[in-house]
Amino acid sequence: MAFLFFSIIVLITLLITYWASKRTSTTADFYVAGKSISGWQNGIAIAGDYMSAASFLGIAGIIALYGFDGFMYSVGWLVAYLVVLIIVAEPLRNTGQYTLADMLAYRMSRKPVRAVAALSTITISTFYMIAQLVGAGGIIKLLLGLDYELSIIIIGVLMILYVVFGGMLATTWVQIIKAVLLMAGTAILSFLVLSKFNFSVVEMFNQVSERYGQTFLEPGKLYKNPLDNISLGLALLAGTAGLPHILIRFYTVPTAREARKSVVWAMLIIGAFYIMTTFLGFGAALLVGQDKITLADKSGNMSAPLLAEALGGTYFLAFISAVAFATILAVVAGLVISAAGAFAHDFYANVLRNGKATESEQIKVARYGSVGVGIISIILALLCKNQNVAFLVALAFAVAASANLPVIIFSLFWKRFNTCGAVTGMLTGLLSSIILVIISPNVMEASAIFPLKNPALLSVPLGFIGAILGTLLSKDTTSEESYTELYVRANTGIGMKD
Amino acid sequence: MEPKHSDQWKQIASSSEFIKLMKRRKRFQFFSTIFFVMYYFALPVLAGYTGLLNTRIFGSINGIYLFALSQFFMAWILAFIYVRHANQLDQTIEQIKKDLPKEALS
Repeated sequence: MAFLFFSIIVLITLLITYWASKRTSTTADFYVAGKSISGWQNGIAIAGDYMSAASFLGIAGIIALYGFDGFMYSVGWLVAYLVVLIIVAEPLRNTGQYTLADMLAYRMSRKPVRAVAALSTITISTFYMIAQLVGAGGIIKLLLGLDYELSIIIIGVLMILYVVFGGMLATTWVQIIKAVLLMAGTAILSFLVLSKFNFSVVEMFNQVSERYGQTFLEPGKLYKNPLDNISLGLALLAGTAGLPHILIRFYTVPTAREARKSVVWAMLIIGAFYIMTTFLGFGAALLVGQDKITLADKSGNMSAPLLAEALGGTYFLAFISAVAFATILAVVAGLVISAAGAFAHDFYANVLRNGKATESEQIKVARYGSVGVGIISIILALLCKNQNVAFLVALAFAVAASANLPVIIFSLFWKRFNTCGAVTGMLTGLLSSIILVIISPNVMEASAIFPLKNPALLSVPLGFIGAILGTLLSKDTTSEESYTELYVRANTGIGMKD
Repeated sequence: MEPKHSDQWKQIASSSEFIKLMKRRKRFQFFSTIFFVMYYFALPVLAGYTGLLNTRIFGSINGIYLFALSQFFMAWILAFIYVRHANQLDQTIEQIKKDLPKEALS
């Protein structure tokens, strides 16, 4: 049964890809769907790009097993969009064509800045993708009984097909369909759960308290060290606004106004989703029971599917499994296209070819790049079998927060900021995040040198300090002259190519 | 980049409308960011270091749950306030664009 639903999703997404491939001929079509996506469509696509299987299955699971701490974890994922909305989205839309480096290149020496920005983008996307793929392999094995290797290859091949043939247009519609399916599935599940408690949330909380104790509704079951949680919060808040696969979505809309609208749509959907995960988590804890959940999967990933089975039988389980499958596909496709964009547009066209590559050469390289990124990720995911890679998501956010956000903010607000500052800032943020994670409990376990699971609390300040020192130690002031231009463009949209 | 071009950007940047626009935009960005960052970090700090909000309020629903839930509404409300503010600024931007010389900057 689940197999049938999976096949329907594969068929529909491949039809979309075929349709999109006929409308994808220029680089602008390929990277950003010809800037033709409307605000609300883009908003739904951002939600689809952002809400991963980790959100859907993982957060429902930690709420079912750890109560309040799971809910607290989900808050930062929404609040982070305020940084995107108020500081980053519109200036970026006003000054860029396809990538973050476009904005930096206004003021800075192109080659070094583009090369480092491409490196940071590809690093973030790859870490994020490995975490998604490894998680997906495990989840599909639980849901469909397919082998880990086979699951990863199927997902990997599909994501490559969407991106290579359908470009951003296909990726966008896969993300929109996924977001609609995910919201529908979550809403139906929540409705069914609440119907068991006479639609009284208070009644549901009372039963949770009765069965698992009132402390289950209080902090402290999951996070023993509050600093861990604060550091994670900083990574989410500062990192979301630096995630390449989210940033690229702002170039798919025609104006800054539509970019603004799309963030608000995304916030409504994402917020509603995270609030509903409480019903999923508590529903699973009460109607399935923690024993049965941990028996199926220790980390609690099976809470939502088991809840679906308990409430709606095999058909509903199959539907929810298919939703989880679509969820994974949409996120990894978004990651592939942002990494391919950074590789082909920033690294190949602007660094290697000095901006002299033709349209058809660029598209070709973007397509090869997508295949390359896809295959490397598949291989890495196969090698990481049975590894706990959940920390890679935290690492991706930490790199985005420490390497990308400082340079975005300084480019927009600091006149003196220059090439040397941008390069040192990005490298400091990137390296310090990676090194701090290597010496953290994620990797070194009990013998960790750095005590926090997420490095953001230290690596974000380091990223800012790197950018400041790099700027002040260099005598280069050429970027001051072009500041006025960027400043006016970013804040008004004047001079934007249509 | 042609010198004439860069003069035009400077001209816009020093116009009174643009200066007014940036003053309003930066003021909003500054105060709203301070507000939501403090509101957000109050949650892990209160939850991690104190038991202040563990009092039950509706049945078993306690204060810390309601505070966590309030974060969602805080984010939505602030987003709507920002959109209203930005829509007003859009009018100033339209005005600046109208005052531009005929040959558009690119």
